[in-house]
Amino acid sequence: MRGLPPALITAIVLVAGFAACAVQFPNIASTRVVGNLLTDNAFLGIVAAGMTFVIISGGIDLSVGSVIGFTTVFVALAIERWGMPPLVAFVAVLALSAAFGAAMGAVIHVFDLPPFIVTLAGMFLARGASFLLSTESIPITAPIYSTVSDFALRLPGGGRLTAIAIIMLAIVTGGALLLHLTRFGANVYALGGSRTTASLMGVAVGKMTVKIYMLSSLLAGIAGIVFSFYTSAGYSLSAVGVELDTIAAVVIGGTLLTGGQGSVIGTFLGVLIQGLIQTYINFDGTLSSWWTKIATGILLFAFIALQQGLVALARRPLAKSAGAAT
Amino acid sequence: MTALLPRRGLAQILALIVILAVDRVVSPQFFDLRLQDGRLFGSLIDVLNRGTPVALLSLGMVLVIATRGIDLSVGAVMAIAGAIAASLADTHSLAVVLAAALGAGLICGLWNGFLVAVLGMQPIVATLILMVAGRGIAQLITEGRIVTFSSPDLVWLGNGSVLGLPVPVAIALGMLILTGAVVRGSALGLLIEATGGNARASELAGVGTRAMILSVYVWCGVCAALAGVIAAADIMGADANNAGLWLELDAILAVVIGGTSLFGGRFSLLLAVLGALIIQTMNTGILLSGYPPEFNLLVKAVVVLTVLLLQSPKLTGFAGIAARLRRTKA
Amino acid sequence: MQNSPDPALPLLEVRGISKSFGAVRALQEVDFTLRAGEIHALLGENGAGKSTLIKVVTGVFPRDAGIVRIGGEEVAPRSAKAALAAGIATVYQEVNLLPNLSVAQNLFLDRQPMRFGIVREGEMRRRAKALLAEFGLDIDVAAPLGSYSVAVQHVTAIARAVDLSARVLILDEPTASLDRHEVEILFGIMRQLARRGIGIAFVSHFLDQVYEISDRITVLRNGRLVGERETASLPRLELIRLMLGRELAETTSARASVGEHKVREVCASFENYGKAGYVAPFNLELRHGEVVGLAGLLGSGRTETARLVFGAERADGGKARVEGAPVRLQSPRDGVRHGFGYCPEERKTDGIVAELTVRENIVLALQAKRGLHRPLSRREQDEIARRYVKMLDIRPPDAERPVGLLSGGNQQKVLLARWLATSPRLLVLDEPTRGIDVGAHAEIIRLIRELCDDGLSLLVISSELDEIVTYSDRVVVLRDRAHVEELAGEAVDVGNILAAIAADGAGVAHEGRA
Repeated sequence: MRGLPPALITAIVLVAGFAACAVQFPNIASTRVVGNLLTDNAFLGIVAAGMTFVIISGGIDLSVGSVIGFTTVFVALAIERWGMPPLVAFVAVLALSAAFGAAMGAVIHVFDLPPFIVTLAGMFLARGASFLLSTESIPITAPIYSTVSDFALRLPGGGRLTAIAIIMLAIVTGGALLLHLTRFGANVYALGGSRTTASLMGVAVGKMTVKIYMLSSLLAGIAGIVFSFYTSAGYSLSAVGVELDTIAAVVIGGTLLTGGQGSVIGTFLGVLIQGLIQTYINFDGTLSSWWTKIATGILLFAFIALQQGLVALARRPLAKSAGAAT
Repeated sequence: MTALLPRRGLAQILALIVILAVDRVVSPQFFDLRLQDGRLFGSLIDVLNRGTPVALLSLGMVLVIATRGIDLSVGAVMAIAGAIAASLADTHSLAVVLAAALGAGLICGLWNGFLVAVLGMQPIVATLILMVAGRGIAQLITEGRIVTFSSPDLVWLGNGSVLGLPVPVAIALGMLILTGAVVRGSALGLLIEATGGNARASELAGVGTRAMILSVYVWCGVCAALAGVIAAADIMGADANNAGLWLELDAILAVVIGGTSLFGGRFSLLLAVLGALIIQTMNTGILLSGYPPEFNLLVKAVVVLTVLLLQSPKLTGFAGIAARLRRTKA
Repeated sequence: MQNSPDPALPLLEVRGISKSFGAVRALQEVDFTLRAGEIHALLGENGAGKSTLIKVVTGVFPRDAGIVRIGGEEVAPRSAKAALAAGIATVYQEVNLLPNLSVAQNLFLDRQPMRFGIVREGEMRRRAKALLAEFGLDIDVAAPLGSYSVAVQHVTAIARAVDLSARVLILDEPTASLDRHEVEILFGIMRQLARRGIGIAFVSHFLDQVYEISDRITVLRNGRLVGERETASLPRLELIRLMLGRELAETTSARASVGEHKVREVCASFENYGKAGYVAPFNLELRHGEVVGLAGLLGSGRTETARLVFGAERADGGKARVEGAPVRLQSPRDGVRHGFGYCPEERKTDGIVAELTVRENIVLALQAKRGLHRPLSRREQDEIARRYVKMLDIRPPDAERPVGLLSGGNQQKVLLARWLATSPRLLVLDEPTRGIDVGAHAEIIRLIRELCDDGLSLLVISSELDEIVTYSDRVVVLRDRAHVEELAGEAVDVGNILAAIAADGAGVAHEGRA
């Protein structure tokens, strides 16, 4: 009665798209390609999971790309120049990221400022900080990096499920459980429905805002570490513009940009759709990479227009006085 | 022209003076100007010249923000217009090149305006679409290459001079005067401020609020396209990947520094341009002081936060007004 | 949640509550008493102070004076949350729940049953189902609340409140968007709760419903308590008089000031004009130099008529004529073009642009009418602003002041000036004197008469019957979204209006809004 959930539409688009690609390029339907797709988009999947929480709560986080960039530089410097053990460096950078997100959340709540502009400042701040650390690309040679890069689960059909892909899948699963099974998750939706009403109903809106942005930055930090595994380097210009890809993935995944509705699973599917477009373009060979952006833009428009329509429909109660009887 | 500069511009002018003074300290020749081949040279002219794209963007952005909107796509529109201009430059006359590039900006603006005014999308959502897709479209035009050109006409647009001023600066000045004349010379300014201040009330007073909103996005698109052409002319080529990258954020920042609230209403063209100049003066100062240019971002972040906190409804003197408004509401 | 209060002690006792917003005194020493197990209707027109009273009692607004006791104990909640903790729950017309969450989550938000940090979804749904079953509701509690009708949402909100051990339940216009059947269900629930000893304060403008459900009635007018009666011993006419009128003697003398009735030229006419589900088709003739009053209770279709006449809402049938020529009124712009003006009831949200100056607010409609390319020069603007600031005595007489800083009365004058500057032929004024202090009130009434003497045609809505009688040449009475009576000449008096409003609407069941 309530129509298809948006995430299901994303899934249908993904499956149909994948089938269409597989018809044209049968090689796409292999575990090798799928494994690579997961590896290539691991960091995106992680950061998009965090962004999903922010957007469902009615906010936005433009700083995630910069946080990723900062993390890669910090980790590279810490390991290569400052001689920190890699695990200590990871913990330190994650603590920094989390504190950074918490601070943004606090500013948004306390001063009642639009998240868009506060996280924009955060974006400048984090990118600037990473430039201050170093403007060069720093290769990371620590043994743990080669160990992690070499680790992979063999999939039937010759595919490899790499460590970073596994981390991403774990975080997506964990994110989905957090969002759908816990009180925290319910409160995220509540904030997206209406901050005022949520507050009236007993939700500690301020604490929630801080926690949500903290989560987003923390996951951006983890994405940064994963990105450094992926490239085996730290570079202050890495992940420029990733916030846009992330927001696009979240929206294509059926999350309402105005908040209140959405799912981590949908976001994951949105990431896969973007990865699939990329893969298709690689396979085609004649198409160029800019088609990714155009296709993403078209999908964005389609999903936003669809949601606009759904919201308009939802204004009219569908199941009028359903089952009400005395 | 006094209408362009309300009394509240004092803080911005002071800020500019302070930054200029700091620049003078880090670089003693900062205020030096010399005339060479009928053209002025010097750091001040550099500031004006380099500040041109953001100043042009802010001219459109300030009107959009005045209607309670935002346009995230201006950087992408710059890339599109630059790509078109660069591809046509060596085969067509300047008039055709400009018409095509500005026309593209106009169409982009119409698209954004259509989504916001007619479909009723949130501006940030609506313009995100073109922000993502626009750069792809620009690359489609340049076929992914950096398109260079040598048409002297278009090169002149970026590097020539008129009356001693670099052409881009003259164009920006001209656009400021044109926009000012259109907006303040007609009733547009008042009706835009009314629409941004209270769209429902304005609609009931007979203001065509949809037309207002549509027109500001169109103008914003045109300004962005012009900025894109100038940026391309400046480097004699179009780089669809990097042209106008992140300039939408600088433009928004310029508008915010210029004292126009993100919540719509009152706006000032001159102060928005002044905001763009403040940003550029900071950038140049940092460059001259020998700090890495990357330091800019940190400074910008601090400026954004400071301005935001000053504008925050919870902190400013405006809080008094807001509180009184709320109190009188029965 | 079952408590047996001492019947001698009132459950909720409000004494001497006062509250001012700036110069406007929204509540003046209001008393209100709610007994355990009673359903108590709180009545009054817009601006009478009902919402303010509710908000003061529930801690949304701080109060200037007075005390609130629950079960004999003094309480001073500072927020709706604190009020809930003290046992007072409010359910507003715009249901204060989250439509995007499931029904079950709405019922148990922030207090879900948990195990190992995980919400026990099954247990929560089971409890939600059991809770709603008490209220006769059998629905899928996993579905989003927003997918259900407003009636279900109201019942869910009530269930949540009761489950949070509310002893006092305030229902603010709960039936406004319900159909007859849903109202029955709600009333059943209210009676059931009352039997449990919960005290229910019920705000409604549907008098039939008030008589059907309530035990007692408290009436507020202009921020004051005007009566507390047993429903059974309060005739309908008497109730409406309490809500709308002052003493009759006072008004008849004021009526003398209205000029004799002449036949004047028709300015605008409407024939079978209406919109389905909004206001029933009506015939209305508005003449130059004449004030037509629109009287009726809240929700009777007064504002709706005004918006149709002005063009703010599109009619779906009927003809409109201006000076005899047929016109189409599709938007406010059309209205403005034909020389209409409209001062809406909600000045803050629909009238003024708070941030702009008095001058800019005054010239706004004129400028919109002239179009973009014919801007008023600054000198012309100053001239117009100066003229109206003087003519209407707008204070402070500073045309460059943001209009948001002015008092309500002066804002109203600015809105009048906005339309007068367009030299209109017809002005529609919706509650022009609401929320305005006494001095400005009299001035605005004087202005209405003067404008009319200058040949303007006026259509004025007011809940103050004695006021409407002083300036109206004719009065149209509305009931249940239809025009039911038109009084002219000698027939215009408070008694006749009251009678028309109160005429037994037995045949006209309240269908509510679609």
